[in-house]
Amino acid sequence: MNFEHIMIRYGEMALKKKNRNQFERRLHHNIIEKLKPYPNTHVKKTRDRMYVLLNGEPEDEVMKSLQEVFGIHSLSFAVKTDKTEELIKEAALFAFQADDTAKTFKVSAKRTDKQFPVHSQDLNQHLGGYILAHTEGVRVDVHNPDVELKVEVRHDAAYVTSKDYPGAGGLPVGTTGKSLLLLSGGIDSPVAGYLTMKRGVEIEAVHFHSPPYTSERAKQKVLDLAKAMTRYGNRVKVHVVPFTKVQQKIHREMPEGYSMTIMRRMMMRISESLANNREILSLTTGESLGQVASQTMESMHAINDVTNYPIIRPLVSMDKLDIIDLSKKIGTYDISIRPFEDCCTVFLPSAPKTRPTREKAASYEAHADFTDDLQEALRQTETIEFKSGDTINKEFEDLL
Amino acid sequence: MIYLDNSATTKPYDAVLDSFNKVSSTYFANPSSVHRFGGEAERLLRQSKIQAAELMGVEEDEMVFTSGGTEGNNMAIKGIALAHQARGKHIITSQIEHPSVLEACRSLESLGFKVTYLPVDETGRVTVDSVESAIQKDTILISIMSVNNELGSIQPVEQIGELAAHYPKLFFHVDHVQGLYKTPFDIKGAKVDLCTVSGHKVHGLKGTGALYVKRGTQLFPLFHGGNQEADYRAGTENVPGIVAFVKALRLTSHQQQTNRESLIRMKRDLRAALAGINGVHINSPEDGAPHIVNISVPGYKPEVVIHALGEKEIYISTKSACSSKHPDVSAVLAACRFNEERTTSALRISLSYQTEPSEIDTFVTELKATLNELKETMERSS
Repeated sequence: MNFEHIMIRYGEMALKKKNRNQFERRLHHNIIEKLKPYPNTHVKKTRDRMYVLLNGEPEDEVMKSLQEVFGIHSLSFAVKTDKTEELIKEAALFAFQADDTAKTFKVSAKRTDKQFPVHSQDLNQHLGGYILAHTEGVRVDVHNPDVELKVEVRHDAAYVTSKDYPGAGGLPVGTTGKSLLLLSGGIDSPVAGYLTMKRGVEIEAVHFHSPPYTSERAKQKVLDLAKAMTRYGNRVKVHVVPFTKVQQKIHREMPEGYSMTIMRRMMMRISESLANNREILSLTTGESLGQVASQTMESMHAINDVTNYPIIRPLVSMDKLDIIDLSKKIGTYDISIRPFEDCCTVFLPSAPKTRPTREKAASYEAHADFTDDLQEALRQTETIEFKSGDTINKEFEDLL
Repeated sequence: MIYLDNSATTKPYDAVLDSFNKVSSTYFANPSSVHRFGGEAERLLRQSKIQAAELMGVEEDEMVFTSGGTEGNNMAIKGIALAHQARGKHIITSQIEHPSVLEACRSLESLGFKVTYLPVDETGRVTVDSVESAIQKDTILISIMSVNNELGSIQPVEQIGELAAHYPKLFFHVDHVQGLYKTPFDIKGAKVDLCTVSGHKVHGLKGTGALYVKRGTQLFPLFHGGNQEADYRAGTENVPGIVAFVKALRLTSHQQQTNRESLIRMKRDLRAALAGINGVHINSPEDGAPHIVNISVPGYKPEVVIHALGEKEIYISTKSACSSKHPDVSAVLAACRFNEERTTSALRISLSYQTEPSEIDTFVTELKATLNELKETMERSS
């Protein structure tokens, strides 16, 4: 016996009719994209559920993939069987035994097909008895069972579902607009991207690259991070901005204590223009309060001065250890800790101002004209798109 | 040529050699070099690791590339023993392991470790009960092979893994060199801590292989030096060999999926044909791995048979070397308690996914002929 399909329940049901349609369409689309590596699967949409028909694809792998799709509340494996009591009994036992940790259960049978000769209450009893007779050390618990076996006798067939697996929650990516994520090679920004995607936001990323002061490997790290994020967003574009000239000019012409603040302001200006050109309405950063010099309240105030775009900071209230845990969970940690500097130490001031002000930053900037440098950086920006399922190093495909 | 010595080594796939050549000439940089060229070699190395891990069903950071089976077994056994000797100094293995396991264990005995060498039954299998009763308070490692290289016996590694999981202080190592892509084996499912595989047994190149090391497992390294392979194994990585290894894994894994049934059929036919030859005894258990058939032909010196077949460009192997006065005994067969007649006259025929049924037919015909030709001389000398 095999599981025939996976049943998908989605959360955040308090949606208006119109939004709900859009939500469902997008979720359906995202699931199809996510399951591309399993070409025999088929996604079916009904009134308030979705079903993934497995057609022989490995059930555990498909389940794991689906658990990474935002907008899904919970999932269950389901067995489909012909409508005879004997077959339903076997199916119920199979579904129960699929989880070998379960010690207690209850059966909830429902008869949509009233022609089926056994009443729901009787079916509950018969199935419960059958499972008890064929297992050891297992008991019925109607209040708090490890597994609730849901049996539905419909017109076409009978369906048995067992344990609920938690979904990723949140909203389907692509239902709440787009944001531009400032992606460094560190631990924080990918996590910020993940949490933003969780709220249904599609992410494009911007990265500032300063060769030869930063290495090819540092850029590769960012591309690998973007690729890792496609697990949750299907598609992620990375805009790599050549930042060397701007950085050199800051180093040459701005006071050392303010170079960090002004560098971040320049990054914000470029990011805003990029977002504006691409009709993206917000920026996202991995800033958390009080971690480093650029993340004091004063710094945030001085840096934020150059844009009035909303800046989403999902990590602002999180502890570093929680951020690290989450980055391990989502699979970006190992990439983030690769030992290449994401920010060129040559340009790092020995004592950055932890309490910069907007006024001073602006007055220093007024001494030099950055307009052309920013324009040039934007013009020479390189865009790379990743899709889930892409192998990142295509040129190696033949070799391996 | 009919090559039936695939348990000794296999012929590399052409595609494997192509990859090796291309990587050797195009990506020869040292992955640890800071420059961009070094970065490319590093990226190729990382991609190789990702794919190897995917093929083995493990995580990327759990694969350590090695120079092959002997290194993997030594790294696992000595590495665990030396890193965890404060916990205990007792190791359990079997009498029919590969020499790289047995000798690694013996070397540890000289350092004060105690080793239990479990016996096997007549089919070459250890029992889970014997493993369980050998476990002591100070046991730190169980090392059991998945498939025996001489007989093809399949060991109950899944059950041993299940047992070992009840002893959290104990590590479980599986020498999977002969079993890889021949018998179904799920590293994660079998609850293994360490697992050795080798490239040249699956149509890769000599000098390549990997050790699976479960996340969080401490090993005392065999090689100290740079911090390659997450400090498990110092030394500039053999990038061309590694890429060729991963290619071989992919191609052979595909062969397993598509051709395993026909390999099983071929072995069954070979066994039946051999059983029909007068004087031939089959030593391999019926339910063994699909690529190994071990036979004895009492009265015939195995080396002579091998040379005679070699003249016809048919290659099989023996474990017992030729020595007129003291014929070497196959330790594996002796452990299965075969009599001396059998243990001194063993021959091993080992197949691969590239073996053709027609080659098996020719081999059987030629073996019959050879035995007939040799009969008179052998009878006179005995």
